[in-house]
Amino acid sequence: MFKKGKSTKNRALPGNESLLRQLWNDPMGRAGMIGVGIVILLAVFAPWIAQYDVAKMHAKDKLTGPSAAYWFGTDNFGRDVFSRIVYGARVSLVVGIVAVGIAAGFGYLFGMIAGFFEGKVESIIMMVMDVIFAFPSILLALFIVSALGPSIVNTMIAIGIVNIPVFCRTVRASVKTVKSTDYIANARSIGLKKMTILFKHVTPNVMAPFTVQATLALSGAILTEASMSFLGLGIQPPNPSWGSMLSDARKYMERAPWLVIFPALFIIMTILSFNILGDALRDVLDPKLKL
Amino acid sequence: MENLLEIRNLKITTLRGKQSVRLLDKVDLNIAKKRSFGIVGESGCGKSITANAILGLLPYPLRVAEGSIRYDSKAGERELLQLSKKELREVRGQEISMIFQEPMTSLDPIFTVEMQMYEALSFHHPGLARGEMRDRALEMLRRVNIPRPEQTLTSYPHQLSGGQLQRIMIAIALINDPRLLLADEPTTALDVTIQAQILRLMNDLKEQNDTSIIMITHDLGVIAETCEEVAVFYAGQVVEQANVVELFGQTAHPYTLGLLRAVTSLGGESRKLYTIPGIVPPGGQWAQGCRFADRCEKCMEKCRQAMPALTEVVPGHLCRCFLHSEEVEQ
Amino acid sequence: MSIINPKDALLDVRHLQVYFPIKRGLMKRVVGHVHAVEDVSFTVRPREVFALVGESGCGKSTTGSAVLRLIEPTGGEVYFGGENLSALTEEQVRLKRRDMQFIFQNPYASLNPRMNVWKLLSEPLKVHFDLSAGELRERVEEMLSRIGMTPDQLERYPHQFSGGQKQRISIARALITHPSFVVADEPVSALDVSIQAQILNLMMELQQEMELSLVFISHDLNVVRHISNRVGVMYLGSLMETGDTEELYRHPAHPYTQALLSAVPSHDPLHKSQHIMLEGDVPNPANPPSGCPFHTRCGRCTEECRKHKPALREIAPDHLVACHHVE
Repeated sequence: MFKKGKSTKNRALPGNESLLRQLWNDPMGRAGMIGVGIVILLAVFAPWIAQYDVAKMHAKDKLTGPSAAYWFGTDNFGRDVFSRIVYGARVSLVVGIVAVGIAAGFGYLFGMIAGFFEGKVESIIMMVMDVIFAFPSILLALFIVSALGPSIVNTMIAIGIVNIPVFCRTVRASVKTVKSTDYIANARSIGLKKMTILFKHVTPNVMAPFTVQATLALSGAILTEASMSFLGLGIQPPNPSWGSMLSDARKYMERAPWLVIFPALFIIMTILSFNILGDALRDVLDPKLKL
Repeated sequence: MENLLEIRNLKITTLRGKQSVRLLDKVDLNIAKKRSFGIVGESGCGKSITANAILGLLPYPLRVAEGSIRYDSKAGERELLQLSKKELREVRGQEISMIFQEPMTSLDPIFTVEMQMYEALSFHHPGLARGEMRDRALEMLRRVNIPRPEQTLTSYPHQLSGGQLQRIMIAIALINDPRLLLADEPTTALDVTIQAQILRLMNDLKEQNDTSIIMITHDLGVIAETCEEVAVFYAGQVVEQANVVELFGQTAHPYTLGLLRAVTSLGGESRKLYTIPGIVPPGGQWAQGCRFADRCEKCMEKCRQAMPALTEVVPGHLCRCFLHSEEVEQ
Repeated sequence: MSIINPKDALLDVRHLQVYFPIKRGLMKRVVGHVHAVEDVSFTVRPREVFALVGESGCGKSTTGSAVLRLIEPTGGEVYFGGENLSALTEEQVRLKRRDMQFIFQNPYASLNPRMNVWKLLSEPLKVHFDLSAGELRERVEEMLSRIGMTPDQLERYPHQFSGGQKQRISIARALITHPSFVVADEPVSALDVSIQAQILNLMMELQQEMELSLVFISHDLNVVRHISNRVGVMYLGSLMETGDTEELYRHPAHPYTQALLSAVPSHDPLHKSQHIMLEGDVPNPANPPSGCPFHTRCGRCTEECRKHKPALREIAPDHLVACHHVE
């Protein structure tokens, strides 16, 4: 019989190593961790890293290119692009984490209920999820924000709601898969209580796909925030956000390309890092890939 | 060529990380014309990959590292390992065909039996009219004893039972009158009463046609019922090879003996079954000397130091063991 | 209907029936039933190995699960140690599981991949006993050495073991609470031939040492002959024949048992088995035939067989057959 060529990635680690350690030893995981780490560092230490106040307009230095004084140049108001990007990381991360928190929390709850109590409850929950899912997410988020009014909190709520169905489906699907495995039947035959089975056997096996989904959803949420801000319905000025920076830069694209290039680069790097990290997590969390 | 198929010095490797790991080691086999040849062994011994190598179907990262597979085709002698993909496709299905262990997953669920049979037929006989194809397909279904062939022809795989599907797989494999049929555990997924039907069918078909069969199985009972010549594989090598009567009657290698005793001690007086201790060592973890030494109850000092060669103990009976020959593998 | 006094039996299964509903459409309407187990009765005595044999889909595994109420039977009763399991609440059955366990077919799937050996083996003890940490450790290590493994393997996870070792762990997990009754569902069929013998020997030793009653479910007739004291042959959800193993293998009375036994390939190329060929396939259990379930494939089928389902009758001491034509 053939051994399926699963993954030739570095996985010669015993099962007890910490998760971070294992991620670090995987080349892709390391790349993702470094990328995500940079964004987190920028966000946390923004006041120390940024050279200028984000709102300060340097009237004499409008639309100057990258230089020693302004690393990433200045915009049409003479504001320092580098400082705005550093603070923008804060916005992106906070919006991403809170929105995914909302989505993951409700998604997990509904998904567990739907997966565990089959029948009518499941049908109703999944019907509602399908309805939410049917709207293009950006449209739905825009609709929610225009109803609640544009603000950073409402942006987070909107992105959160839009992402609930993804989590709900992931959790429900894995609960159902885990429920039908032999080792759950085995746990019953041993004489375990239903709640014990749920917490000790089902939950840990659901957590892996759930964590991966959360990492991937973070990148999605950051992207949605950027798109919403780009359309003017996300983060409001003078707060810097990568999306709104891009939006403001449109008019000066030809004269001052750095206004577009740097925020775009950071958006791409952040999204890519989270996605790579998510994929690496998937490998690390699969116990069968460990030797 | 005297034989239909001659495998010489076949070595197959795979990649584990960046390391090349050997899975099959210097295998020589001769498959005579109109004979049924059995390959028996446990999982991981290299029997399935040998069959896949013959058809050029080794999945990445497995590859043939060395060796030759010569085949006496209708158009003359050919070296299978050196054929182009196109030439290989012509050989596959027309001259050599294969049936697999899982009939349930070997047929495409979205096509009817009819379409899958026509596909096999038209690939090697383009320009055949639909009526002719239908006649040929019906004839094949009748030959494999499918009840109500007309109705079966328009069925989808999920409407048929495992036994019926395996018959259809055999019908498809034989539709182009191949000269060699590779059967990889064809009855392992089937029940005993259905297995008995399929084995009888394969025996009958071999009698009627000039087809040679290579039967790959872990079941010595299947070998005893269907094969004339047998090779026993262990850890990527042939450890014993003989005529079936000779092999079962005058078993020479301790591993073959162990396999036989493990099944034939069943139902005996003793409640304790004969066991071979340990497990088959996986590729890359083979011992320096005899690869069975660690599990062998007759293991001697030299078994751990040198590998015995596959030598003829009596005419036509090969065995790789120092109990029967002093010869060392070079 | 049982030959032996039910009081002597550890397990007494009476008229067990399991039907699975077939649901179709949006509203999941029940459109029919799969008759998985149909009126099955048998007894298992203390320290006895009772084998259920049959081909795939005959209902042997479902019977095994329903006996332990891992699947809820739709009819019939199961008496375990004189107590009617069918009448107990779910919680009462759960507590009973200390004394009756199940060994699964596929050790690759039945062990939680996220639990190491220590967790797998200590879990059943924690559920059913109130042990100190020291006692827990002692009993786990004792069981571990019993299955031929060492304490340094406690920290390892299932995927780090071979198939045979995994099945050893499954067996240990089932037996660590010292049950008196175990159902083993095809415990060796996923393993290689040379490993099968190792596991079967281990099971036989443990069965004798621990004085277990065992229901051994298998399609492998050689293994069943070796391991069991008595056999029940199932076909399409019904028991066709039961009896002492040697008696049944030497003098199979039911036409299906005869065909089944003759189909086993012989290991002697000079004396090939004289197969009794069965035509066709097993009927669909969602739409079972009238009368005797085997009549569609039986060479001795008569009008009577098509109309009436034969009951199990005793033809020799402790040898029961469900066939109109056996005297």
